[in-house]
Amino acid sequence: MKFAVLVFPGSNCDIDMHKAVEDVLGEPVDYVWHTATDLSGYDAILVPGGFSYGDYLRCGAIARFAPVMNEVRRAAEQGKFILGVCNGFQILTEAGLLPGALIRNQSLKFRCHPVDLRVENAGTAFTNAYKPGEIVRIPIAHGEGNFYCDDETLARLKANNQIVFRYAGDNPNGSVDNIAGICNEAGNVVGMMPHPERAVSDLLGSSDGARMFKSALQAFASQAASAR
Amino acid sequence: MAQQTAAKEPTIEQIAEQKIYRQFGVTDSEYELICKFLGRQPNYTEIGVFSVMWSEHCAYKNSKPLLRRFPTTGPRVLMGPGEGAGIVDIGDNQAVVFKIESHNHPSAVEPYQGAATGVGGIIRDIFSMGSRPIALLNSLRFGRLENDRVRYLFEHVISGIAGYGNCIGIPTVGGEVMFDESYEGNPLVNAMCVGLIDHDQIQRGVAKGVGNPVFYVGPATGRDGIHGATFASEDLTAESEAKRSAVQVGDPFMEKLVMEATLELIASGIVLGIQDMGAAGLTCSSAEMASKAGNGMELYLDEVPQREEGMTAYEMMLSESQERMLFVTEPRHEEQAKAIFARWGLKCHKVGKVTDDGRLRLFHKGEVVGDMPVKALVDDCPVYHKPSKVPEYYLQNAAVDTTRYPQPADLNDALKKVLGSPSLASKEWVYSQYDYQVRTSTAVVPGSDAAVVTIRGTRKALAMTTDCNGRYVYLDPEVGGRIAVAEAARNIVCSGGEPLAITDNLNFGSPEKPEVFWQMEKAVDGMAEACRFLETPVIGGNVSLYNENAKGAIYPTPVVGMVGLVEDLDHITTQDFKAEGDVIFLLGETRAEIGGSEFQYAVHGVTEGRPPALDLAVERRLHRAVLGAIRQGLVASAHDLSEGGLAAALAESGFGRGLGATVDFATDLRPDLALFSESQSRILLSAKPEQADKLAACLAEQGVPVQRLGTVGGKDLTIAVNGRIAIQAPLQEFRQEWKEAIPCRMQ
Repeated sequence: MKFAVLVFPGSNCDIDMHKAVEDVLGEPVDYVWHTATDLSGYDAILVPGGFSYGDYLRCGAIARFAPVMNEVRRAAEQGKFILGVCNGFQILTEAGLLPGALIRNQSLKFRCHPVDLRVENAGTAFTNAYKPGEIVRIPIAHGEGNFYCDDETLARLKANNQIVFRYAGDNPNGSVDNIAGICNEAGNVVGMMPHPERAVSDLLGSSDGARMFKSALQAFASQAASAR
Repeated sequence: MAQQTAAKEPTIEQIAEQKIYRQFGVTDSEYELICKFLGRQPNYTEIGVFSVMWSEHCAYKNSKPLLRRFPTTGPRVLMGPGEGAGIVDIGDNQAVVFKIESHNHPSAVEPYQGAATGVGGIIRDIFSMGSRPIALLNSLRFGRLENDRVRYLFEHVISGIAGYGNCIGIPTVGGEVMFDESYEGNPLVNAMCVGLIDHDQIQRGVAKGVGNPVFYVGPATGRDGIHGATFASEDLTAESEAKRSAVQVGDPFMEKLVMEATLELIASGIVLGIQDMGAAGLTCSSAEMASKAGNGMELYLDEVPQREEGMTAYEMMLSESQERMLFVTEPRHEEQAKAIFARWGLKCHKVGKVTDDGRLRLFHKGEVVGDMPVKALVDDCPVYHKPSKVPEYYLQNAAVDTTRYPQPADLNDALKKVLGSPSLASKEWVYSQYDYQVRTSTAVVPGSDAAVVTIRGTRKALAMTTDCNGRYVYLDPEVGGRIAVAEAARNIVCSGGEPLAITDNLNFGSPEKPEVFWQMEKAVDGMAEACRFLETPVIGGNVSLYNENAKGAIYPTPVVGMVGLVEDLDHITTQDFKAEGDVIFLLGETRAEIGGSEFQYAVHGVTEGRPPALDLAVERRLHRAVLGAIRQGLVASAHDLSEGGLAAALAESGFGRGLGATVDFATDLRPDLALFSESQSRILLSAKPEQADKLAACLAEQGVPVQRLGTVGGKDLTIAVNGRIAIQAPLQEFRQEWKEAIPCRMQ
């Protein structure tokens, strides 16, 4: 299985995402520049955190226009696995691949600390290695992670089981319905504010994030099996 | 010499007759000297260039004689002071690069941008050496949080540090924040950056090869930050607010691009010399690069990208616009360099040429607008040996008996006051605004004695810390200076590391005052002695003087930034108690030393007397014994005893995992003095019960005084002195005071 880690000017969790794939899975992984126009060689696309284009406008609002995003859209339609973390999540919402928006934290401050998450949907390409309802510890680090959507969208997210993670303890940013991560209707595109790539070894304080990468490998294997 | 006509600049004659140079901090005798070096009178651009190069910030003219007292060499030192940052060997062809720098004056006027650009500047110092920055730390001082202006400064300095570091993607892993009236109006903002480098990648800021082109990369030059270096070399006054234009504006996104492109450029092997444009911008970088190569340089200022119209040579040379670099390469590599920057969306501009005549020559609009000897700019600034005088307060303090205060009726309450003092309280409010985990290498996050950052592909890690207790240094600069180094080393040792070297940031008042100069002199002597003894040479640093306002000077605050090497990941140790039943030991001797303590300040409301004594031989023995025990796997937790003494250390060790403790301390001292004394060279250890005897024996063998205090466990913190309970309450009550102290003041 081949992974792409996208790099926009200002991405800064790209190295961490790359390391996580290498360390957890040992599968091939490439950095892919924001100007790339062909992602056909990749089975999963990881959109990392950071401050793309400085986030001087709305977070992710400029990155969505990068040439590579057309390919990300195409890959999503093809059912390939796409994970956006933190700024990556913001980019996916700006690009319309996921509903809702991420606004300033209610505290108006950047917050960095570990949080407890409840796995609400263990059926996505990135969460099949978790048990539904399981509590996992994964750190957050963001200033604009307050997930917002209108009531209608929220109802739809609930009805389609698109809420992937909720904050299990204190809500750190004011997100609607304690939402920490969501997926698209098909479940192949997942976005989340917490950083699973920062929770892949005990030395970092938690290894609970490693199973997100293992899930992708598992999902890829079953996809391949059913195609046969 | 050509005079710029576009702007209404003073003429050569006006500068001389009206003594306009005085506005830039140039004295009459310095002006005479400049005329001598030039063989004529300087024009406005030239006097501007000289004034920044000869400012304290760039030339260290008041501190140089003192800085020479520091030991700067050692078997591991690959590069000492003089370049952007010092470098220390850590084996396997790798080295660690680090430096600390102040941005005190800008932060006092414009706290967000002042602090942010301080971070940006120190990061450039690290990557311009060819090194990948891996961690940031800081050391901050503010007045009391009860003051509105102090809260504003505190809040925005923290946001500025976070805003820059978080965006560029370098984790802010540690630091210290202290509060005292002495810093009211003069906050201290010292930022430190640590980088990694392979030996063969080390770069220097040298303009090599006569005829080679000089390139400028980064954003356009604007009118921001003009005379920043001069501004930093004066007292803060009511007019300082009007000098807001001397404060630069940071763009961390731009710096991220410049950093990645620069590291790529250096890795390509085509760079001959590179330096960032920090203090005194284009002036300092060009003059220093030429000086180090023994060459000269021509700058074509029309080629310098300009953000604003009608900029003069004076403005371009003195601008401190951020995120800019200057580098030299061979003409044949020009296209390759341009391609690397273009990939990152950046342009590099050919703005000059290396010459062989030792002159810094400036061209603008077809005329020579400046022509100065490089040596005069860089090396020939006069050095002043300021008079020094023992201050009256120091003499008076000799007679103060710091045990004369009555024992507080309730020691539970005293411990709560100490833990709830913002200097000692939890700094979570601060560090939770910093991204301390990006790069996924932070093994020990903020809140323990030192931060620990792992080195990918090895079993090694780096421990890092910043330390200085300004109250100790105020009460006795020599002892306080010694303690600053010793405490930093103790923090490194408690984290499982071997201290390697230090970078220092000497924050003092005005050197024109003999009493302040005496503080500087003594503090440097104390630090130098400790550095020699503990074998941690000074590999670089920064001097920030004139930290004064109408109310007087700050406490002398020579901040020590130290890095240590953790040989194996298994040696990483934190201050938190780990498990119920673990045995607690106190190492070192406790004397009735209350002078300058947090207890004296928070409970008795004074700072007086003499600070704790420090015996460097005892300190070194302690470090060796504890590091040895950690390496043998005998230590579960280790915590340096510092502010708040034994009582605070016991509480802090329990907070991490919510583990109480029951201890009994045998001592000759009155309970309050015993529990809150800040005697030096003490460490609190805990060990698994089955290893306790072995640990005690191993420490005693090395001549370290060891007392078995009690055990970890339960919900309460119970501290007895000679069998009588002195402090007892649920740990949670103490934790509440400690945790809420800063947030509740900031609401």
